[in-house]
Amino acid sequence: MDINKDILVLMLERMWLIRNFELKVMEVHSAGEFAAAAHPYIGEEAVAVGSCLALKDTDYIAGNHRSHGHPIAKGGDINRAMAELYGKVDGYCKGKGGSMHLADFSIGILGESGIVGSSVPVATGAGLASKIGGDDFVSMVFFGDGASNQGACHESMNLASVWNLPVIFLCENNQFAVTTSFKDTVAVDHVSDRAAAYNMPGVLVDGQDCIAMYEATVQAVDRARKGEGPTLIEGLTYRYEEHSLGLGRVRRGEYRSQEDIDEWKKRDPIHIHQERLISQGILTTEDCKKIEDDTMKRCEDAVEFARNSEFPKPEEVFEDMWANPIPLP
Amino acid sequence: MTQTVFIEAINHATKEEMRKDSNVFIMGEDITLSVYGATQDLLSEFGDTRVLDTPLSENGFVGAAVGASLVGKRPLVETVSSFMWVAMDQFISQAAKMRYMFGGQAKLPVTFRVSMLYGSGAAAHHSDRNYPMFMNMPGMKIIVPSTPADAKGLLKTAIRDDDPCIVFEDGNLYGTRGEVPDDDDHLVPFGVASILKPGTDVTIVAIAGGVIHALAAAKELESQGVSAEVIDPRTLVPLDKKTILDSVEKTGRLVVVDPAHKVCSAASEISSIVAQEGFWSLQAPIQKVAAEQVHIPYSQALEKLIYPDKDKIISAVNNTLES
Repeated sequence: MDINKDILVLMLERMWLIRNFELKVMEVHSAGEFAAAAHPYIGEEAVAVGSCLALKDTDYIAGNHRSHGHPIAKGGDINRAMAELYGKVDGYCKGKGGSMHLADFSIGILGESGIVGSSVPVATGAGLASKIGGDDFVSMVFFGDGASNQGACHESMNLASVWNLPVIFLCENNQFAVTTSFKDTVAVDHVSDRAAAYNMPGVLVDGQDCIAMYEATVQAVDRARKGEGPTLIEGLTYRYEEHSLGLGRVRRGEYRSQEDIDEWKKRDPIHIHQERLISQGILTTEDCKKIEDDTMKRCEDAVEFARNSEFPKPEEVFEDMWANPIPLP
Repeated sequence: MTQTVFIEAINHATKEEMRKDSNVFIMGEDITLSVYGATQDLLSEFGDTRVLDTPLSENGFVGAAVGASLVGKRPLVETVSSFMWVAMDQFISQAAKMRYMFGGQAKLPVTFRVSMLYGSGAAAHHSDRNYPMFMNMPGMKIIVPSTPADAKGLLKTAIRDDDPCIVFEDGNLYGTRGEVPDDDDHLVPFGVASILKPGTDVTIVAIAGGVIHALAAAKELESQGVSAEVIDPRTLVPLDKKTILDSVEKTGRLVVVDPAHKVCSAASEISSIVAQEGFWSLQAPIQKVAAEQVHIPYSQALEKLIYPDKDKIISAVNNTLES
């Protein structure tokens, strides 16, 4: 597949933006600037970036608790994302959603769900709306290997298949549901094997390779737009950090070895992509370093933005319940 | 006005709203052949793009309705109260919470029509009257019509409303008849209770199928010289507490009739509001007449003991009068 150079560079930029966003989040979280749970996406950047860049702004995504990578990959505003983590009024959800519920409906980000698997039916419904309205948009949902065992996932894939909906089911198999290996909980070798049960294509992709993710998603989107129905894509990837910040009781040696982590880090998605762009003469090492530094600066600015934003006013706790408001009891 | 059967009124409301707005579509189990009666002739008029039989995947299709509503459609979903349990995650985690959680970005014009098929030997798995559980969770408007006119007017209001609405339809009322306005824009507003029978001695607030028993009790009490005022809240979220409090201020006595299980019921909530905000109006302790806190038994010899009925209501009214 011939991919435009601008997109290849944008891939690198978005992956660095996610990586640096997460590094800043870990830094300010450990400094105690906010205390809530947050789930770092480090190591999995190619999955979100490669797949989201295959979408248009008018296409929809929904995601899960490991939630910062998806909106950034789709072009979300990192200032508003960071402010949301701080619980500030300039956050995406005015401080009411937090890390696990980033959403930007203006560019098709229908929100991240803290309940594992729960956004899969919702995204399926966006695909249903597209079909009923005779529209052109597609819907893509991110879920993990853990969520792939939820009934909601199975129901949705069957529904999307029997109704021939323009939905891309994107399983980010980072291999662990908190501490439990997918090998112990998924009855087939690959989550993508399950597509056979729903009579849709199931595609296993190297989730550390942004271009491979992009190409697989372009094909799925193309199928969906042509009315040929849903696709299940499994991006095989790896989570470098622990499940959630602040989950101190989890010791990595108990469920995965340092050797495994080191082995996966040798296939870091950013470095794979960066080296490819350099070897193809698209970017120089200096260009890449500049992207790394520029994106870090943007993330530092996002932290400043979040720090300077106000907390919501007390009366705002009662706002945003209803589109057609009714008195609260 | 036309004499209309309750379930026909639901059918008429659905057709009118589907004609009016092409974004309205309906889905549910066995609706194209209208197994439950409310979706008669929808398929022939609106086609299979807007009238969808679903797989038996309640969590999946409730969530799909939520998702479709987020991006501009106005889904109407038919299901059964007892099947809501298997879709609870989508009702609670998504439909109810999305708008607030996303800081007001989400708009969810989705309506769920839920039949409560109890009282005829359906036993524990098919007899749920579960609206109080949904009252407890902020984010969904809870509608409990008791007349054909309200069934039509409230459903139309729900379909046009931009928030998640659940219309709990009492199966015992499906066959009842009443005058229904012919107007295509017959809309019954949310949060406005209906005084079905004025009275001066005692206030009976009755919910859903409880209303017919309350009216029967009021009629019999009238012959005994007791003037009961019967109020149907029509919607539980929002709840028209002013009409109830004003009535209790006049009568000094309150009986609340609720076919749901008595603990944390709609009757509990209404009782607590009156106890807190209308205490000085009361001349006697509030009486709750609600379903016994046991499961619904199959045998008719047992099931009929469970729910509020005319005699239990009369007895409760007499308790308030003796105080």
